[in-house]
Amino acid sequence: RQFCSYKITTKTQNFCRNEYNLTGLCNRSSCPLANSQYATIREEKGRCYLYMKTIERAAFPRRLWERVLLNKNYEKALEEIDENLIYWPRFIRHKCKQRFTKITQYLIRIRKLTLKRQRKLVPLRRKIERRENRREEKALIAAQLDNAIEKELLERLKQDTYGDIYNFPIHAFDKALQQQDAESESESDAEKEEDEEDTDTREFVEADDSDLSDFEDMDKLETSSEEEEEEEEEVEKKASYSKSKGKTPLKGPARRKRRYIEIEYEEETEPTTKTKAA
Amino acid sequence: QAPPKAVPKTIENQRVYDETTVDPNDEEVAFDEATDEFAPYFNRQTVPKILITTSDRPRGRTVRFCEQLSTVIPNSHVYYRRGLALKRIIPQCIARDFTDLIVINEDRKIPNGLVLSHLPDGPTAHFRMSSVRLRKEIKRRGKEPTEHVPEVILNNFTTRLGHSVGRMFASLFPHDPQFIGRQVATFHNQRDYIFFRFHRYIFKSEKKVGIQELGPRFTLKLRSLQKGTFDSKFGEYEWIHKRREMDTSRRKFHL
Repeated sequence: RQFCSYKITTKTQNFCRNEYNLTGLCNRSSCPLANSQYATIREEKGRCYLYMKTIERAAFPRRLWERVLLNKNYEKALEEIDENLIYWPRFIRHKCKQRFTKITQYLIRIRKLTLKRQRKLVPLRRKIERRENRREEKALIAAQLDNAIEKELLERLKQDTYGDIYNFPIHAFDKALQQQDAESESESDAEKEEDEEDTDTREFVEADDSDLSDFEDMDKLETSSEEEEEEEEEVEKKASYSKSKGKTPLKGPARRKRRYIEIEYEEETEPTTKTKAA
Repeated sequence: QAPPKAVPKTIENQRVYDETTVDPNDEEVAFDEATDEFAPYFNRQTVPKILITTSDRPRGRTVRFCEQLSTVIPNSHVYYRRGLALKRIIPQCIARDFTDLIVINEDRKIPNGLVLSHLPDGPTAHFRMSSVRLRKEIKRRGKEPTEHVPEVILNNFTTRLGHSVGRMFASLFPHDPQFIGRQVATFHNQRDYIFFRFHRYIFKSEKKVGIQELGPRFTLKLRSLQKGTFDSKFGEYEWIHKRREMDTSRRKFHL
């Protein structure tokens, strides 16, 4: 009920802020100011000291608190406390030992924790976070990601990184068709002059050649069996590819098939006219 | 008559010229890149093997994000970190032949940081990660990514720093993409923000391609680049983002 500058009151308890207090509560028995014979345990830099205050030194504030360094060994330190506080009241002895135990325990914990990984908490700064979010949104709009990705993919297609997988390019296809028309007419004329007796096999071969010239280089006009086989495989592969994916335009293969048929008819009619003329 | 329409000024137009911009024909840069830590990858001597992990006690979003990330990056494994120190994980990873380590840092149940470390003592990049969208939060998305190796697109990495970061990203993916899969992973740098997207593309014609977004998306902002593997105390930092010096001009970017 009296005033004490070290006293802190909370709803349920009174605490004592005095650093020499043994229990931390503000009681008559544990106030270092109220008792002329008192002892505490305090630790400094990881070492524990026993502080004692006796009546004889009450007149000399400077020498009031006598300090004893305790042993690092827990049991030996307890014995030291006992022998120093030998004729002291039970309460103080008991509380000293309790306090000492608690202190050693937390010192051990500190040492263990410093060995483990320590998490460093870095606070976010609200203004900076907001600024960065805004800038990110604007950068997102400026980036136009979809367009950029599409452009890049088309670039790669043009530069032929995908090789032969895709069976358009349709522009090149058109050009190739036109060229192939011109060539096949000249071709068929030349070959008709050479042999006229031939049946379907020869026409088949020629048709394949012209198809080849659509998709490979225009310049290569050699008729080797290997190329035929390759061409047939390619045809099959492309046809199967288009069927499996189902999304490639039908124009490509369908067109080619139509072309194929047209060429046959051309050649069939021509010999008849030629023989008639002859 | 009206005067001709002027070209509008954008931040990209007005960008402060960075002296470390890489010239495509620069020999010194080419030589550097042939001898830096990624040379074995680019010479096809090593196959990338990635370890993805998180900070302690990851929450649901982070866990799901890790799983999705591991489906996007081929040959990657997710391991949970139950309180293990990174310094001890790294030698173990090197022993088991991992080439890259990704640590996703989490805060308040969302992932917000990424540490990407190239393992046999390669550079470590620390990013701030934002706007993470899981697969189910992306509208109009396609189905699951398949197991095919995706292609990689790296856009707009112009400076030396940008180049090294770009190479770090490229070394995550195996070198030969499988074009049958038609999947592409894009790292697009714009104003120092790196946007990651994962799409499936289809060529509708020669001039038109359609893309469909699958896979998670996130944005990264580089915070620091360290020379060696992850070491916060003794590491040699090649680049750190210093707010007071580097954020002064709106038109100056570093990547």
